[in-house]
Amino acid sequence: MAGSLRALRRRIRSTQSTKKIFSAQELIAGARIVRAQARVEASKPYAREITRVLSALASSASLEHPLLNERTGTGRAAVLVVTSDRGFAGSYNVNVLRRTEELLGTLRQQGKDPVLYVIGRKGETYYSFRDRPVEETFTGFSEQPAYSDAQEVGRSLIDVFAPGDDAGRSATVDEVHIVYTEFVSLLSQVPVARRLAPVDTEELQRDDEDSADGTGVGPSGVPTSYEFEPSPDALLDSLLPKYVTTRIYAALLEAAASESASRRRAMKSASDNAEELAKNLSRQANQARQAEITQEISEIVGGADALVSAGADD
Amino acid sequence: MATLQVELVAVEKTIWSGEASMVIARTTEGEIGVLPGHAPLLGELAPGGVVTIRSTEGPDVVVAAHGGFLSVTPQGVSILAENAEISSDIDVERAREALRRAESAGDDPESLAAARRAQSRLRAAGQAV
Repeated sequence: MAGSLRALRRRIRSTQSTKKIFSAQELIAGARIVRAQARVEASKPYAREITRVLSALASSASLEHPLLNERTGTGRAAVLVVTSDRGFAGSYNVNVLRRTEELLGTLRQQGKDPVLYVIGRKGETYYSFRDRPVEETFTGFSEQPAYSDAQEVGRSLIDVFAPGDDAGRSATVDEVHIVYTEFVSLLSQVPVARRLAPVDTEELQRDDEDSADGTGVGPSGVPTSYEFEPSPDALLDSLLPKYVTTRIYAALLEAAASESASRRRAMKSASDNAEELAKNLSRQANQARQAEITQEISEIVGGADALVSAGADD
Repeated sequence: MATLQVELVAVEKTIWSGEASMVIARTTEGEIGVLPGHAPLLGELAPGGVVTIRSTEGPDVVVAAHGGFLSVTPQGVSILAENAEISSDIDVERAREALRRAESAGDDPESLAAARRAQSRLRAAGQAV
């Protein structure tokens, strides 16, 4: 009996110390969500402006840019998957990866050959464990992405999609998709798949109209006619890659906020579970202790009775 | 007096916003000064360029803006930049160091861009380059 009591006490102690780790993680994640949400907000003015400028430009330029037009030359589609670097985030990575599998299935049905680009160590290990080829991986910034990280990813993707004239080689993919987790609220994060390139001009104009003031339209209701410096086509050339990078950056920020929210929730239920486990264990330990005492008493009483009855026989 | 509503936004945050009487910038085509009532315009800022905003309240705002666009609409002027720094925040010594490093690093596009960024920072800080 004494052995089981000791074992129980040891389990209680270890449960309590893991609980401490969980609740520390929960607090860190909670603080990160707030910061991540602030960064999402801070990045919005730029995203809004660049969408507006591009939308104005798209209605003026010849729209012959490779980043705007659908094509089917290579039969390959790049898919960028945004996962986290660390675990402890509940179903966050599983959901993103499941959404990715769905997208890959759809692409294959359309006769396209998907090429994977992975952000985050979790996604990297997922695919390398399954021996699936991954074109390129980016790790180390999933929780706090900087714009330079988005630029690095953007460069690789634009390089395969629209290498530019001076690169001396042609594009190797027809489309670029991104799968990331959208931060809806603290309780709900939804994995979504979007097409990054070619840029959907209709979506662009819709986004622009959504941004309230409808600055693409003059006071009289006619579209503003802009002067361009340099020419619209040259502007489009330099703006489109930046737009794609901005989209990637926005996705990274959303994903970072979702990751923290998801981690906080997972850590909250883990620490709740640990607490309950510790409670049950200490109940068992108390019972074991009580049983031990009862047994000792009955042994003493039994012994004394035996002595008394032995004395009476004399 | 008519004024311009100016917004200077970098990718990670809005850097400056307010009223101004004039915005001076350099696009890839040349210097441009924007006064209130300017025709709608979209321009690409020259690499390594400096944007000056004549603020109506307080002194001129001089900004090192790299990889950016200028958009003039009837509502105002917005300057979009991948990297932007207000002159008062620029550390001249560090910018010089960055320029030296970038120039000695060679001719690849990466270090050329770094050199231009450092140059624009120095110019915005009022240093000769």
